Amino acid sequence: MIEKADQVFILLAHWLASFLPGPLQHPAMVLLGVVGIIVTFPALFAITVLLERKGLGRMQNRYGPNRVGPYGIFQPVADGIKSLTKEDIVPLSADAVVHFLAPVFLVVVVFMGYAVLPIGRNMTLVNMDAGLLFFFAIGASSELSVFMAGWSSRNKYSLLGAMRAVAQMISYEVPLLMSSLAVVMMTGSLSLNRIVDAQNQYSYGLPHWYIFTPWGFAGFVLFAIAATAETNRSPFDLPEGESELVAGYFTEYSGFKFALFFLGEYVGMMGISGLGATLFLGGYSAPLQILGFVPSWFWFFSKIMLSMCVFIWVRGTLPRLRQDQLMNFAWKFVLPLTLLNLGVAGVWRFMGEGLMRWVVCSAILLVAYVFMARIGMKREHFGPRSYRYAE
Amino acid sequence: MRRFNVCGLPPIRKKREWMGHRVFVAGTGRGERPMSVVFYLIAALSVAGALAAVLLKNTVHCALALTVAFAGLALMFLELDAQFAGFAQILIYIGAVAILVVFAILLTRGSETPKDGVYSAKPIVGLVIAAGVFAILGWAVLRSTAVLPHETAKPQVTVMDIGNALMGRYVLPLEIVALLLTAALIGAVIVAMHEKEDAR
Amino acid sequence: MNPLTGYLLVAALLFAIGLAGALTRRNAILVLIGIELMLNAANLNLIAFWRYGPHPEAVTGMMFAIFSIAVAAAEAAVGLGLVIQIHRHTHTTDLDAMNRMKG
Repeated sequence: MIEKADQVFILLAHWLASFLPGPLQHPAMVLLGVVGIIVTFPALFAITVLLERKGLGRMQNRYGPNRVGPYGIFQPVADGIKSLTKEDIVPLSADAVVHFLAPVFLVVVVFMGYAVLPIGRNMTLVNMDAGLLFFFAIGASSELSVFMAGWSSRNKYSLLGAMRAVAQMISYEVPLLMSSLAVVMMTGSLSLNRIVDAQNQYSYGLPHWYIFTPWGFAGFVLFAIAATAETNRSPFDLPEGESELVAGYFTEYSGFKFALFFLGEYVGMMGISGLGATLFLGGYSAPLQILGFVPSWFWFFSKIMLSMCVFIWVRGTLPRLRQDQLMNFAWKFVLPLTLLNLGVAGVWRFMGEGLMRWVVCSAILLVAYVFMARIGMKREHFGPRSYRYAE
Repeated sequence: MRRFNVCGLPPIRKKREWMGHRVFVAGTGRGERPMSVVFYLIAALSVAGALAAVLLKNTVHCALALTVAFAGLALMFLELDAQFAGFAQILIYIGAVAILVVFAILLTRGSETPKDGVYSAKPIVGLVIAAGVFAILGWAVLRSTAVLPHETAKPQVTVMDIGNALMGRYVLPLEIVALLLTAALIGAVIVAMHEKEDAR
Repeated sequence: MNPLTGYLLVAALLFAIGLAGALTRRNAILVLIGIELMLNAANLNLIAFWRYGPHPEAVTGMMFAIFSIAVAAAEAAVGLGLVIQIHRHTHTTDLDAMNRMKG
């Protein structure tokens, strides 16, 4: 019974595919998996958008949307209808083909990343030997769509926003890869299924998730910072900040194309939080061994929604970083710490079991953090304030 | 159940009358399948992207068409069961080199169409040379069709094997490539850096 | 028909197209685009032979292609840096206008 609840989607797909003749069954199962992904994640996107607006509103001491339905729960429906029926304005001097293709490319690329995530036990769409590499390769392609959107609008502000966005995404891609490299090193495989299997063990009822190790914790924090910057989310949302550049690279988009960009951004956020959950939080494994009866896909989705809540929380709390502060942060703080994290993971592996390795690894990471954050990043020395009055 | 090959068509078994005997023509048995539809589609995509990259007037369009050509090539690597190379191609070429080209175009105002046209003087010379190179290469390939290898078993290379090879047998090339990439990084930064005198 | 022949012909075609682009275009960046196409065609050749050739050591062909990709990326970076610096100096990327050593 527990087993059936865990594998309910697989059994459903098998049952639906059994209506078709023999050779068509495997493509039908793949197609059903794709349809499942395309239906589930936009539905989660609708819930997340509502959650964000209500959550941000409450953090800013106001109600969020509460007109459309009780507590505003039908707001996403209203938003969807609005964006579908708005007039699709394409500027006269814009490059029509590239302008049209940019949101399409973004959405395609963002959905392709879900193919390798292990959503539950036996529920990976494509079980690849180099799954993590596939995810990063596909994620790197999404930067090009940002550039295409900004350039094709023939608008100086859009172009500036696009160049800033691409520079930011490229700078934070290296720490993203390096912080996941520590996980790959400790597991010995690039396959996401194998990474989840390595974390799916329990000792004394507590799981072996990588976040509960010093290098895993530091790696998770650095991965979260890099993921926030990759998806252009506050506090790294200078390229799309409303008070800065109107809307940055999607200024000239209206109606459904804007909705597609919005969808692409949030679905990308969910994808990368799914990856973070897989790498550091144990994927579909339950937090305590006694909770193992709950279906595995429930844990995966709850970890994704938890990450989205943290994203929204950080957006409502922290101020925006300036472009040069952002780049400084990436190259001079996050990247050296990820390299050090890789070394600390190696030290952890070779020190053998026991309390000593916890102490040594935590000490190295803490000293490095304090040194770099407190001492290395001090840039500006402000003197006492001086006032100049008009004569 | 009939066994179908990739195209979905029945396998080709030709019977011909030759000198009064019915024989099976060699080279079309079960072992070698003809070029599949997927290969033709991917090849058409890559060649179309490459042609657009060298023929279009707008430089940014050329860079985007180059990205399409890179994607087509990555698909061809995947068709050839070289998964690591295919994903590395997407990550490095589409994720980094294409963006580099696009940034260079933007920083050098290449997106404005030059007034003298986009081709150099006497483009016909370049076309003739390129056509000649293609003719020679194509002739060499077609002449040697019979002696080219056609191993049907896929080489079993996992990511673990690649890792072991990089750290074992190919550790010296790995270190040299690391040194080369560091030198390229520092060199590119120094070459493209603003000189301090210009800022004044 | 050998399956390898198809891949070699496509690689030869891409190489020729890249060569034509590198020889006929005026903008320096488009010449670099042509060079990248040529390098990619060579990589396709390498992988095609790795797949269809005899493989006593299966990893060598893949290694060759991966190192080639890395070196091509490094060369593209330096080349584009040079183009940017030349543009800063002469305010043009037109190769036909850069036919003097003076300046």
